[in-house]
Amino acid sequence: MAKVDYATLKKGGFMRQKQKNNFSLRLQVVGGYLTAENLKKVAEVAEKYGDGHVHLTSRQSVEIPFIKLEDVEIVKDELAKGGCKPGVCGPRVRTVTACQGSEVCPSGNIDTYDIAKKLNERYFGKELPHKFKFGVTGCQNNCLKAEENDVGIKGGVEIAWIQDKCINCGVCAKVCREDAITIEEGMITVDYNKCNNCGRCVKSCPTDAWDAVPAYIVSFGGLFGNNIAKGETPLPLITKEEQLYRVTDAAIEFFAENGNPSERFRFTIDRVGKEKFIKKMEEAYHG
Amino acid sequence: MADFQIDDTVDITDVVCPVTFVKAKVALEELEEGQILAIKLNDGEPVQNVPRSIKEEGHQILKLNENEDGTYTLIVRKVED
Repeated sequence: MAKVDYATLKKGGFMRQKQKNNFSLRLQVVGGYLTAENLKKVAEVAEKYGDGHVHLTSRQSVEIPFIKLEDVEIVKDELAKGGCKPGVCGPRVRTVTACQGSEVCPSGNIDTYDIAKKLNERYFGKELPHKFKFGVTGCQNNCLKAEENDVGIKGGVEIAWIQDKCINCGVCAKVCREDAITIEEGMITVDYNKCNNCGRCVKSCPTDAWDAVPAYIVSFGGLFGNNIAKGETPLPLITKEEQLYRVTDAAIEFFAENGNPSERFRFTIDRVGKEKFIKKMEEAYHG
Repeated sequence: MADFQIDDTVDITDVVCPVTFVKAKVALEELEEGQILAIKLNDGEPVQNVPRSIKEEGHQILKLNENEDGTYTLIVRKVED
């Protein structure tokens, strides 16, 4: 029998198990989105080729354990028939995760599924010095924990009061958790140094008296494994999608150019210098 | 509060989320289209969440008044689908 190429198997999402010749197959579940058709095929494969159970991973994926080495190719073909693709492991861009976002969740400020899909198409599987994770969350509630990712994207809104539409009900000032809104004699003032762009004022306003532009708050260098670090947000709000991708392109490029093998993005930024990194991101931000 | 003709009043300060909204919703269901409900609610979570939920249900919020005892009164006009 030919020598088993574990590195290639791992790249294709097959994780070697404790049990000899058994693999746990990781699927590419972009943004945690699976169709009923996908799920039926997963169930079928788990019953036929696995041991009848699946594992839900911490990054929204499904892993089908106990796949035998000799079944690897047929399992891939079977899954493809149900629209399922294998994920990746190892030093490359991992499947992009997302919360449900503005298409489903009342709190969402951005269409997280759409952004996750586009990021995944752009970078999925791209070889880098170490693993690289993107996470997209729709609002400040941060259900998807944006800052634990190498690059985190969080939905926000850029706000401006529309005086003509305002009935002075006072709801916005109460819902603001940052105490950024004050009302005096019918005039609303926003303290933009305090505003965290959560959008609660916009969502609760009975007369839609806010000009609200969806925006992206991007964090860099998050880690939540052997080392723990919160991603940092050195850039101002990003209000255009193409601007977002310019910045993510630049971050990936910075890592590809400067990262040492097996060095996480955070440590590359720290070693090369935060100022240098931020300067690169600012250049991309301004275009 | 004198600005509006209140048709009914409900006090939701004796319940917690999510019953706050449920109680307000039930009170609104009792009313006719266009009638006005005054909802007495607590500071904190109720005043942050209930007005928004009522807006999402399609009703019209007219005013939020601060009472002297630390509670609020939300004035809502019922809007049918």
